[in-house]
Amino acid sequence: MAKIVIDGVSYEVNPDNNLLQECLSQGLDLPYFCWHPCMGSAGACRQCAVKQYRDEEDKDGILVMACMTPASDGSIISIEDDGAKSFRSSVIESLMISHPHDCPVCEEGGECHLQDMTLMSGHNYRRYDKKKVTHLNQYLGPFINHEMNRCITCYRCVRYYDDYAGGTDLSAQATHHHTYFGRHEDGVLESEFSGNLVEVCPTGVFTDKSFSENYTRKWDLQVAPSVCTGCAVGCNTTPGERYGSLRRIVNRYNSEVNGYFLCDRGRFGFDYVNNDDRLKEAVKQIDGNEEVQSKEKIREVLTEIANGATIGIGSPRASNEANFALRCFVGDENFYSGMSDSEHELSQLVLGLNRDPSFQTPSVREIEKADAVIILGEDVTNVAPRIALALRQSVRNKALDLAKDCNIPAWQDAAVRELAQHERSPLCVLSSYVSRLDDIASDSLIDSSANLANIAYAIANKIVNSAPAAADVAAEYNDVIDRVAQQLSAAKNPLVIAGTSSDNADLIKAAANIARALSKENGTNLCLLVPEVNSLGVSLLSGTKNSLSSAFERIQNGSVSSAIIVENDLYRRASHNEVDSVLDKLSNLVVIDQLPNATTAKANYLLPSTAFSEHEATFVNYEGRAQLSFQVYRNQSNAQSAWRWLSDAEDGDVDALVNRCAAEAKGFDKLGNLLPDPEEFIAGMKIPRQSHRYSGRTAMKANLNVHEPKQEEDSESVMSFSMEGISSQKDASILASSWSPQWNSNQSISKFQEEVNGELKQGHTGAMLIARSETAGSYFPPPTVESTNKLQLALAYQIFGSDELSAQSAIIQERMTDAYVSIAPVDAEARDIKQGDMVELGDFSAKAIACIRSRIKPGTIAVYCGDNQIDSHALAVNIGILKFEDSNTGDGKGKGKGLSGLIVSDLLEEEY
Amino acid sequence: MFRLINDTLTSQVVTLWKVFAHAFVKADTVEYPDQQPYMFPRWRGRIILSRDPDGEERCVACNLCAVACPVDCIALQKTEDEEGRWYPEFFRINFSRCIMCGFCEEACPTNAIQLTPDFEMAEYVRQDMVWEKEDLLINGTGKYHDYNFYRVAGKKIGGKDKGEGLNEAKPVDVRSLMP
Repeated sequence: MAKIVIDGVSYEVNPDNNLLQECLSQGLDLPYFCWHPCMGSAGACRQCAVKQYRDEEDKDGILVMACMTPASDGSIISIEDDGAKSFRSSVIESLMISHPHDCPVCEEGGECHLQDMTLMSGHNYRRYDKKKVTHLNQYLGPFINHEMNRCITCYRCVRYYDDYAGGTDLSAQATHHHTYFGRHEDGVLESEFSGNLVEVCPTGVFTDKSFSENYTRKWDLQVAPSVCTGCAVGCNTTPGERYGSLRRIVNRYNSEVNGYFLCDRGRFGFDYVNNDDRLKEAVKQIDGNEEVQSKEKIREVLTEIANGATIGIGSPRASNEANFALRCFVGDENFYSGMSDSEHELSQLVLGLNRDPSFQTPSVREIEKADAVIILGEDVTNVAPRIALALRQSVRNKALDLAKDCNIPAWQDAAVRELAQHERSPLCVLSSYVSRLDDIASDSLIDSSANLANIAYAIANKIVNSAPAAADVAAEYNDVIDRVAQQLSAAKNPLVIAGTSSDNADLIKAAANIARALSKENGTNLCLLVPEVNSLGVSLLSGTKNSLSSAFERIQNGSVSSAIIVENDLYRRASHNEVDSVLDKLSNLVVIDQLPNATTAKANYLLPSTAFSEHEATFVNYEGRAQLSFQVYRNQSNAQSAWRWLSDAEDGDVDALVNRCAAEAKGFDKLGNLLPDPEEFIAGMKIPRQSHRYSGRTAMKANLNVHEPKQEEDSESVMSFSMEGISSQKDASILASSWSPQWNSNQSISKFQEEVNGELKQGHTGAMLIARSETAGSYFPPPTVESTNKLQLALAYQIFGSDELSAQSAIIQERMTDAYVSIAPVDAEARDIKQGDMVELGDFSAKAIACIRSRIKPGTIAVYCGDNQIDSHALAVNIGILKFEDSNTGDGKGKGKGLSGLIVSDLLEEEY
Repeated sequence: MFRLINDTLTSQVVTLWKVFAHAFVKADTVEYPDQQPYMFPRWRGRIILSRDPDGEERCVACNLCAVACPVDCIALQKTEDEEGRWYPEFFRINFSRCIMCGFCEEACPTNAIQLTPDFEMAEYVRQDMVWEKEDLLINGTGKYHDYNFYRVAGKKIGGKDKGEGLNEAKPVDVRSLMP
């Protein structure tokens, strides 16, 4: 700790940080632009100038940039000094010389860091009378709007997009006051994290295009703290609603999980909530006719069903409450997780390993701190995107170490990067196809899953001899195995990543072997990814033996005749033929879901449920971290939370259910900690979902009836559907959207953090549900490999399309591709397949587009099933592939979405 | 006794006289509605939405009037034409709530919303006091004749490309190294 004096007041600060960061940590107002808590200092904008004094005698002082000056012990500085203030106001005046005077038509207006800083620095009138510099805009794809005139050249966008997120297609161009930030030509921004530009840009150059279409100012949005349902990372989000529709999602800071950034699936994949085909009424479906049913009638039907033999099929995309209510309704032994058999098995394996004391499951923030990483078979960028962004930070740890040796502070971003050049911490990726992390990988091994598992077993064996050796690994890999084993052993904080999406238990087991071989004192970092938002939650709730096939068996042998399916499309969980035959056998099928799908079409009773933004719910992420997501607004149709369809009115509200789940469900005992205690709030008042500037209350519904209705009341939650109550000022216990006087933009978050980048004050980072057991497990034995002549299959995933719900959002669909088969040039040539041809898979009628990639291992293919276009469960591990010849449709090119959205680095452009 | 009679009688006679004399005083009231009062141009009466000198809607749906409104009686939704011009998809004022404070006019960055000297706003049915954009929009510039927001704002709209605004240089050629 160092002592510094700011404007005559003494503060204890961290000398490793710069003055700006420490001023903000102390809650002081000091204007800045180019500095970002995650990206260090650039010293580009000169906005954070302060006076620094040599000693107490020194009355003149010198101007320094706070972001470029260490907070060293004994520093005496002044923010309020007149010289510093007038310097800052001239700087902002220069920055604003060409600013285009268009705040009223700017999406950033009202939450603009530039507006805030202009006000704070005291500039208000443009004295410069020469012409303004103007720029042409670019088309940057369906997500981001570009309005280059608003730029103040702080360089945050390229420092985020290129340096932080590893993008390659955004750059600073031209020179002096012509500097331009954009692509080399119009086109879609390729990075999966491009949406963060909206929040990183301190002004309105990059804005949210989908939000702009239904634009609402920040103060007019009704918001609540929420959790992203796009994947199992569980990033914290703030969805905003206006006039009954969900308008946008922005990041909500959680120091342990997502920090300041989201992926584009999470940010833009919410629009399905507003789809017109959302289910609205409970209906009885008879031969294609729909008969609307009252809630009482449905209750009767359900009670009747519950008296007979009934099974309940839950879902990894449904909340704990929905799954738990279903389990209570049908009984423990009749509850099934609703995951495919292999995923069910793998999830249980993951759960077991997550309880093993030899390992620890790293949070996203801890992943950023890893200094050697090995990824086994997971396509992290497309399965758990936010973790890929964290991995991009982890490879920088080498640079930070080098900087430390040279006494360069970590926040001196440019200096650290200059010093390190291309030195990176080791990242070894074992994958069936080139992943999006290839550019930062120290080793990238492409092979079939079975071979990759063997390599991984060999690495474990190389680290510690006692780990079982793999059967036979190709000699070409010996060097790599030696090198990776050495890198992992040498690392202080190694990390092993595997997961269920590779659909291969051996890869997970091999990952466990490597982590066990590394044997770190507090457990080796072993990150096992699961695909969906509540995969672990539903695995914890369902019995190990209750796989989907055992449910199907009970239906097939006639021992049960009715089933309740909650938010689950079974056609994604098992082969279509099997699901068809099973569902046809049922005499009573009740399906609860949000959107129509193949399973809802088969239901006798179809009940509408609410979307993530319309109910309060808890989800368990890949670490076993349970998080609470609040209701943002009320669904105006007859849809209700899935759990409510299955509960009686006397069962109480969602909080009662959460408490009951905590008390009754094994492993959920900490779930109740998530619920806020209303006693702690000021005068017992609720937290408002609307800002104190919310507008239009007496006019928004006046067209329907001039006698405006009473504000909706929320009897269940600690939040209110109005402006009434006490909003978070410095307390972040329930913080949907940060705001502080003079800080209208998202940069106000520093007012709510214990320190910059620290935990939120009184904040909650979630409840860890999975406890480590006492006894460590043992090494898994490697399998024996059978050789085959057919092509070995691996499943591929896409960030836009692989998630069932976000794939129904119009804006995500613009970036989706059709089902495709990645195939090696040699294999394609042997089958006379050209790039973009339609091909047939195996011995059934699944068709996909051929995508010839130069780095696919000959003898293997990677199949992306599209939005369930291909029945992935009917694909065998070893399959044949044929060119599809159809005289009617030509070569099949130019239909559907095609492959235009596919971004891979090794697409074969020339002929083989 | 005399004093009582004197006081009472005098008082009554004087009062009667004053009332009678008032019949010849010039009336303060006017014969409304036959006779219309002079309304000062800056009177804060009925709210209108004006058009810019080119005849286009001035309102850019920035929401500042709505947020300034102390009784929250303005609601609107932004939309955009194909060429990027912002305008309100709907714009609603609930005049049964409006207190004619004029904050909306003060907040308006484009001079679109203006209060006019028209005060005759009574309705028999309260629902009729809810006015939509079609009712509010007039075919003129209102009190401010020359201001056209899009001419000074650096956003491209139909008919005005980048660099064609007031006080704007031609767009930069990023491939050029010339100063």
